[in-house]
Amino acid sequence: MSDVTLTGNVPVPEVDHAGHGQHHPFLQHHFEDLGQQHEASTLGMWMFLSTEILFFGGVLCAYWIYRVMYPEAWAVGAAQQIWWLGAINTIVLIISSLTMALAVRNAQLGRRMATVYMLIATLFFGSIFLGVKGYEYAKHYEEGLFPGVAFHWNEVPALAPKVELFMTFYWTLTGLHALHMVIGAGLLLWFIKRAWSGHFGPEYYGPVEIMGLYWHFVDIVWIFLFPFLYLIHGAHHG
Amino acid sequence: MSSLTLNDARFVEPEGTRNYITHDYGALSWLLTKDHKRIAILYLLSITALFMLGGFFAVVMRIELLTPEGDLLTSDTYNKFFTLHGIVMIFFFLIPSIPAVLGNFLLPLMIGAKDLAFPKINLLSWYLYMISAVMGLYIIITGGVDTGWTFYTPFSTQFSNTHVFGVTFAAFIVGFSSILTGLNFLVTIHRMRAPGLTWFRLPLFVWAMYATSIVQLLATPVLAITLVMLMVERVLHVGIFDPALGGDPLLYQHMFWFYSHPAVYIMILPAMGVASEVVAAFTRKKIFGYSFVAYSSLAIAFLGFLVWAHHMFVAGISVYSAMIFSFLSYFVAVPSAIKVFNWTATLYRASVALMTPMLYILGFIGLFTIGGVTGLFLAAIGLDVHVTDTYFVVAHFHYIMVGGAVMAYMAGIHYWWPKITGRMYPEWWARLAALLIFAGFNLTFFPQFILGYLGMPRRYHAYAPEFQVLNVMSTAGASVLAIGYALPLVYLLWSLWYGRLAGPNPWGAVGLEWTTASPPPHDNFHETPVVTWDAYDYPAMMKARGETQNV
Amino acid sequence: MADVTTAGREHTEHAPHVHVTPIWIYLVVFFALAVGTVLTVAASRFDLGMWNTPIALIIATIKAVLVILFFMHVIHSTRLTWVVIIASFLWLGVLFVLTFADYLTRLWKIY
Repeated sequence: MSDVTLTGNVPVPEVDHAGHGQHHPFLQHHFEDLGQQHEASTLGMWMFLSTEILFFGGVLCAYWIYRVMYPEAWAVGAAQQIWWLGAINTIVLIISSLTMALAVRNAQLGRRMATVYMLIATLFFGSIFLGVKGYEYAKHYEEGLFPGVAFHWNEVPALAPKVELFMTFYWTLTGLHALHMVIGAGLLLWFIKRAWSGHFGPEYYGPVEIMGLYWHFVDIVWIFLFPFLYLIHGAHHG
Repeated sequence: MSSLTLNDARFVEPEGTRNYITHDYGALSWLLTKDHKRIAILYLLSITALFMLGGFFAVVMRIELLTPEGDLLTSDTYNKFFTLHGIVMIFFFLIPSIPAVLGNFLLPLMIGAKDLAFPKINLLSWYLYMISAVMGLYIIITGGVDTGWTFYTPFSTQFSNTHVFGVTFAAFIVGFSSILTGLNFLVTIHRMRAPGLTWFRLPLFVWAMYATSIVQLLATPVLAITLVMLMVERVLHVGIFDPALGGDPLLYQHMFWFYSHPAVYIMILPAMGVASEVVAAFTRKKIFGYSFVAYSSLAIAFLGFLVWAHHMFVAGISVYSAMIFSFLSYFVAVPSAIKVFNWTATLYRASVALMTPMLYILGFIGLFTIGGVTGLFLAAIGLDVHVTDTYFVVAHFHYIMVGGAVMAYMAGIHYWWPKITGRMYPEWWARLAALLIFAGFNLTFFPQFILGYLGMPRRYHAYAPEFQVLNVMSTAGASVLAIGYALPLVYLLWSLWYGRLAGPNPWGAVGLEWTTASPPPHDNFHETPVVTWDAYDYPAMMKARGETQNV
Repeated sequence: MADVTTAGREHTEHAPHVHVTPIWIYLVVFFALAVGTVLTVAASRFDLGMWNTPIALIIATIKAVLVILFFMHVIHSTRLTWVVIIASFLWLGVLFVLTFADYLTRLWKIY
């Protein structure tokens, strides 16, 4: 059978990508082939996203405990948000997810410039999201809705400490989300350069796919954050 | 027949071929390495240093507890010492110990891969560990922290005036190091196995690493986010966990223990993996009930998530949820017991070779069992109310962590030392150290069970005079233990230069890691191995060599 | 030989498996997500009593599932990917259920 005898086998030298004509330039030497490399990296990304689910899920668990404890304060807190800015941002982020998905598709088909354009569009919509978020942050800060010493909101004095708690979750959740967006935007810049250099194609589109998984995940987080932070019923009953 | 050549060191290269140590030279070739074996060595050196630091705190505490009066350390300093002992030993030694050192080194070798799936991420995780360790050292030098390793709120957020922010941030970072190691292992086990190496041909160490990695991946992020909330509360002076401002300190405990109870299994599951390897190798038998041992690792990984609030029985949680958690806590004992019974069944009527690794594992089985059974005492609400926050708890978790995890780590280091370094350790000295550690350990911690049962509370630098006799025994045991741990440092270093050359397979063990050279070459195997045999096929190997079961 | 060499790795081919989704699927999913956003906002304008929160959660969950299945290509992914995703939510469920098990029963009578 397949008994491998290695007596007298000359040690294989360090794999030199340039010297191996039959190897894809981006095949790392510890993988057998691009298929294995692709599956390993996609699986790795999914596992990373599962840590992200538990990461955001942890703070959401705390959020829900207090939402059940203090329903009124939560409704009043959500009423401090400008709901239509959140709605616009949701749509903007969904559009960026669509362009990201199309970027992956173009990479799969080996369309170099179409990939680049779609990645640029994703970056563009992502930046709009961050811009709107920044405007909201500035407004909240002015209104004294930043938790801690800067907190001056006192429309309903009895609820003020609990509303501060809501705003703590608001800033923590949206802040962590925005941090993920900023990291994603940085990655997009790098991917635009790589796509423009023609690194991706039907044989090797895994990195774009993984970038897409990350971006869509960040989108999903916002899909939940929007109703959780902007649209809690009972707001207009005050 | 190829299946009978499994033990014949078929992947050993000709004389003079470079191994992973001689593959490249210079400090940078180590600091920028992507080789899982070199990264394992980096981890070995760093965790050994931190083990000594954590041990130093323990030694000073034991000296303080020699007398009932708090005469050596002030109560504040004592608070810092037990805090730092816990943080260093748990986050910087126990959690990375077996996975990051032995797992890193052995996992690719055991599954016939050239490296882990993500070598750069593997190096990154070591750097995260080091950044965090350096932050920790800086904090220790500039004043330390006094919250206990659990950082309970509201003390940690509202009252403590020590470096809580820095040390929680360090724990946050080292958490990512742990996550990345787990992620790397999971992908590697799924996607990098050699042809023919099906799931039920995997060594049980690989199964244990798989289960450990699941826990690392799914529990650690919750610790990370909990510490983020703690840092937010401390920096902004808001009340996420502060009852004065509408928060609930118990929520912190829930979320903290959602990680930190499963973290116990991050420490003990790899130890169980080492035990399975060593028991098979030194009895020359297949592990009894292989699939039960494999599945019980997964069962522990899952059930370990369902029991956390048994750390909070007296903290004010609902009586009903306490009953549920108590009930579930008994369940997690079942897979642990399955493992213990399977190891003892493997040992039954075997001719056991009492080499150092086996001595450690025999100690491990006994001490882990004591630790586990006392864990059941603590899972019973009534008894827990009596002994919680006493030395009974301290003794219980040291039986699991030191008697269990550290004993198995020592077993693994000795068992694979010839593979890692190419040299044998001196057997006589090693056996002496193993016996000293076993005796010293029991003398240190068994009296603490009694102290706790009699009501001595933990975390005080002074105590009632009637507890002194047992405390003196404990401190005496700690001195023996310290000598036991110092010995390997000396003779293992000595063996690097003067140890007998080991050869590829000094134990005559089966498993892919023993088919390559010691130390292994840079690429582990120069040709991808094809596996046609089951794990621990000692009967077939011995038949092929004409050996009998007597070793 | 062949059966032995493929036994260890699941689904390994030489090049990655490319499954190109038609553009119209992406567009339909996008419109579904947009409609979902409008519906969430619309539902929050009406008092639906005890259904306020569940409706918002259900819409958000449907949107998330659409993104996961189509934008993230999970519908064509390996079983292992499904296991990873389901396990993550299962573990998150453990955190929620057992934490709430404490809070929701704290005020129950002790007999």
